[in-house]
Amino acid sequence: MARMTMIEAVRSAMDVSMARDHNVVVFGEDVGYFGGVFRSTQGLQAKYGRTRCFDTPISESGIVGTAIGMAAYGLKPCVEIQFADYMYPAYDQLTQEAARIRYRSNGDFTCPIVVRMPTGGGIFGGQTHSQSPEALFTHVCGLKVIVPSNPYDAKGLLIAAIEDPDPVMFLEPKRLYNGPFDGHHERPVTPWSKHDLGEVPDGHYTIPIGKAEVRRAGSAVTVVAYGTMVHVALAAAEDAGIDAEVIDLRSLLPLDLDTIVKSVSKTGRCVVVHEATLTSGFGAEVVALVQEHCFYHLEAPVVRVAGWDTPYPHAQEWDYFPGPGRVGRALAEVMEA
Amino acid sequence: MVDSARLSLHVPEPAVRPGGQPDFSNVKIAKAGSVPRPEVDVASEDIRDLAYSIIRVLNREGEAVGPWAGSLADEELLTGLRNMMKLRAFDARMLMAQRQGKTSFYMQHLGEEAVSCAFRKALEKGDMNFPTYRQAGLLIADDYPMVEMMNQIYSNESDPLRGRQLPIMYSSKEHGFFTISGNLATQYVQAVGWAMASAIKNDSRIAAAWIGDGSTAESDFHSALVFASTYKAPVILNIVNNQWAISTFQGIARGGSGTFAARGLGFGIPALRVDGNDYLAVHAVAHWAAERARRNLGPTLIEYVTYRVGAHSTSDDPSAYRPKTESEAWPLGDPVLRLKKHLIVKGAWSEERHVQAEAEIMDEVIEAQRQAEAHGTLHAGGRPSVRDIFEGVYAEMPPHIRRQRQKAGY
Ligand SMILES: Cc1ncc(C[n+]2csc(CCOP(=O)(O)OP(=O)(O)O)c2C)c(N)n1
Repeated sequence: MARMTMIEAVRSAMDVSMARDHNVVVFGEDVGYFGGVFRSTQGLQAKYGRTRCFDTPISESGIVGTAIGMAAYGLKPCVEIQFADYMYPAYDQLTQEAARIRYRSNGDFTCPIVVRMPTGGGIFGGQTHSQSPEALFTHVCGLKVIVPSNPYDAKGLLIAAIEDPDPVMFLEPKRLYNGPFDGHHERPVTPWSKHDLGEVPDGHYTIPIGKAEVRRAGSAVTVVAYGTMVHVALAAAEDAGIDAEVIDLRSLLPLDLDTIVKSVSKTGRCVVVHEATLTSGFGAEVVALVQEHCFYHLEAPVVRVAGWDTPYPHAQEWDYFPGPGRVGRALAEVMEA
Repeated sequence: MVDSARLSLHVPEPAVRPGGQPDFSNVKIAKAGSVPRPEVDVASEDIRDLAYSIIRVLNREGEAVGPWAGSLADEELLTGLRNMMKLRAFDARMLMAQRQGKTSFYMQHLGEEAVSCAFRKALEKGDMNFPTYRQAGLLIADDYPMVEMMNQIYSNESDPLRGRQLPIMYSSKEHGFFTISGNLATQYVQAVGWAMASAIKNDSRIAAAWIGDGSTAESDFHSALVFASTYKAPVILNIVNNQWAISTFQGIARGGSGTFAARGLGFGIPALRVDGNDYLAVHAVAHWAAERARRNLGPTLIEYVTYRVGAHSTSDDPSAYRPKTESEAWPLGDPVLRLKKHLIVKGAWSEERHVQAEAEIMDEVIEAQRQAEAHGTLHAGGRPSVRDIFEGVYAEMPPHIRRQRQKAGY
């Protein structure tokens, strides 16, 4: 067992997968020799050679398009989009092609690819290095969407994603790469080396896609979150002294509805937190499902805390970012109702 | 200071519109046999001329001439003729079936049969095409059963794609035919990826990408060229220039100068233009490109100069945007008639045998149609089950789709 950051866990997942299966290939912009701008592929080219881990032209549709072709051939490409903000040129290949090849060919061709991308804000990345586009993927039938919140999950989920027979979007909250982040930007980041979930097995293990995890048991209110917001929600519950149950979704599509329903049926209250903009965000889907399945248990309207409906600003980042203060106010609001 | 005049936008227009005299005087056509045939390991910069000329083998007299002649034996040419005739007969019947309301939509190949039929014969089993919608000849020439194609077109109970795809959007891994997307150009870069995979695995199989002249304006076309040239992928990059993209003439995607083939030159990809209505020339050039790919010499870009004689699809009315007689004025003739003439000149075929073959082929197509219709058509008879809507989105059905399927009553 080793202590790992989330970057190291992600790298370890690719390493383990490439060693086990010679069909796994890794590529993207700056991914090969240099090891990626976040260094998540560092050392892989040296270890597995230039035909299994390599740099590509700056062409996101080219990266995903060639990955689809490789998957049709029988390889298992795990590609990197340098920042989630740059996946739009590849969106056509993802939504119209990768997502539907199995269906439209009735299984004649399949598309087992993984598309990794750093997401989210909190690093002063401005509007083009801070986006959280998960809802653009969860609306697409045929894709799977994963957002891990810690190194242990990141590795187990990424290996599962690489082994999955269908296309998986793997969104890595970059604010969590080096340590859990509670949303108080003035506090120092706890390194993963001091956190339980930074303890990651060296070898192969998987975490099933489609299973949520209860991060904090509680009986007063359910907080549904994923990625960075899991840590923000934990801090908010702590700060506000509220007996909140915090669910880490881990996988948005498919979604673990049972865990959500079980919790909200028990607590009767629900707050959904995400970093992406509010309108038509993934939170809307969770709220609709809670309404549909838990209506007679609800004691208060379900509330969403999210990024504002504006582009992600640079200087005012901490006013945009849904921090523990905003989550705490939402918790108080549903508790009062 | 420059005396600045007002700017004006240039919007290209074709030489003629409906009611006008068709005019192909701007299409420069090299004499059959006049274009050289370089070695397959030639450097792309040494054959830049081939991106501006047109490789032709069959001359007006029906003779095969020049350095690109001789890649096929008589038997193979007869098979080629038969395949093109089959595709034409198939088109005629399916067009009629669409008019009779047996399916929603159809796209024919009239005038372009040589391109896909001859190309398929330059590939080997295990190679993979990433086609667009006007390459059914790849299936016909590989002996994919016509009944299956019709089942797909009718979306009937035996449709291999379970009613999920528009008519003619076939898929057959076994026959090297990647599932067709309705989104233009997406398959182009996928083909490059498949070829790269084959090279990564030190395999011997190659890929072929297909696109129309209009669709070369899509960014995926350019992504594909970047990746193909960067990694020297074993792929043949085909552009079928049939002069029209629905109602839009080729000058709109191409601009006023250059050729589609010439787009490969900036990427250092050997680029050739070929007479797309000349079965022998298409085969010879495709074979040359396939050999290059197989010898790990990298991609080749081929522009097939041809003409779309029929409508774009059953939803199109070409008389609204081009002269009715334009197809007759097309200077490269009809691919079926040209190959027929060649075989007659060679003494390997005759008018009588041609008439007889036409009848036989039509019988074969009608018989296939009878068998397919026994399984139903779009609005009558057997259909795929509603349950099929929910199956196969993922390898394993996730709970939310299962809930929806149950809600729908299946
Ligand atoms: C991305 C996309 N844009 C538009 C269309 C609609 N469309 C279908 S066919 C076509 C024309 C294509 O012309 P071309 O590439 O020259 O091929 P051709 O039909 O002449 O063989 C258009 C615009 C589409 N299917 N996909």
